Amino acid sequence: MKRKQLESYLQDVDHFSDPKIELEQYPTDPHLAASVVYTAQSGYGDIEDKCVLDLGAGCGMLTIGSVLSGAACVVSVELDSSAIQDMRGNLAEFEIDNVEVIQGDVTRLPIRQGFKFDTVIMNPPFGTKNNSGIDMAFLEAAFGAIVPHGVVYSFHKTSTRDFIVKKFEDRGLRVTVLAEMKFKIPQMYKMHRKREVLVDVDFIRITGKLSDCGG
Amino acid sequence: MKLLTHNMMRSHCKGAVNGFPLKLNFSQVNIKEIEFNPDFINRMLSRLEWSVLVDTATQLGVNEGLPEMLPENQEIDDEETLKKIHHVLLEVEVVEGELECPETGKKFPISKGIPDMRLNEDE
Repeated sequence: MKRKQLESYLQDVDHFSDPKIELEQYPTDPHLAASVVYTAQSGYGDIEDKCVLDLGAGCGMLTIGSVLSGAACVVSVELDSSAIQDMRGNLAEFEIDNVEVIQGDVTRLPIRQGFKFDTVIMNPPFGTKNNSGIDMAFLEAAFGAIVPHGVVYSFHKTSTRDFIVKKFEDRGLRVTVLAEMKFKIPQMYKMHRKREVLVDVDFIRITGKLSDCGG
Repeated sequence: MKLLTHNMMRSHCKGAVNGFPLKLNFSQVNIKEIEFNPDFINRMLSRLEWSVLVDTATQLGVNEGLPEMLPENQEIDDEETLKKIHHVLLEVEVVEGELECPETGKKFPISKGIPDMRLNEDE
């Protein structure tokens, strides 16, 4: 599916009906979600026919993008009950039947060690709301869940780039910054003076070094 | 919750060493035809705890035609068998029910097909 077509489908994904500031809930922008999934699939073949895990799935934007790009099966983990209802509504709207939703905490992921996914795709919280360190916790969970030549696609503040690159390259993994972008993060509460904050964000791909040889 | 999902999940209760397999109680099950992807099913075989899948399928009464054991190389050529495995993994869904941690007894509800695996801080 072409990127533009994917993006136009994703415009129909409904947003959070009851966004929670403490969970950093905001929908992944459809243009961005389409670019991410399109890159993962057309650039690297990491979505089609794969077993994909979406950590912190929210309303399901990246999940639905993955399904539309040919994922064989997607498991979506989300903590918040209203987001889960929103995601259910979106999955029904799109008539999607190969997504499994699990309500749970990514930092205490209810997946056994022996079961592994091909690809993780996620837009994790950044740790700006009394939850510092949560971005790294999501990355650790992602790495615990993939096959040896598996791959993780994620977003992280550019300010954490050096830390992430060092941490994962020290383990023999390869970190590639695929794009730099600015995220508009809505404040969503009247008490904040600024309606939105612009944050510098990296879109990264982390994988074992051997994966790039077409393995 | 499909049986593929049951096969991958564990409880994360403090004090649960494995938290797997989760005991299943069910009150509503749905069968829905899902597109068959034989290569995907074959690739998943080595990731499954096969005996747990057989036990759960038996409990749900959908184990007909399911091999008791996988061959050593964990690959299956016969398309009919792959279709039966596909059916068990992806076409049988527990819509309402409950999972239970085998070690602590903590219960996790399944509602509208979605298992709620959340824990309190002290659990």
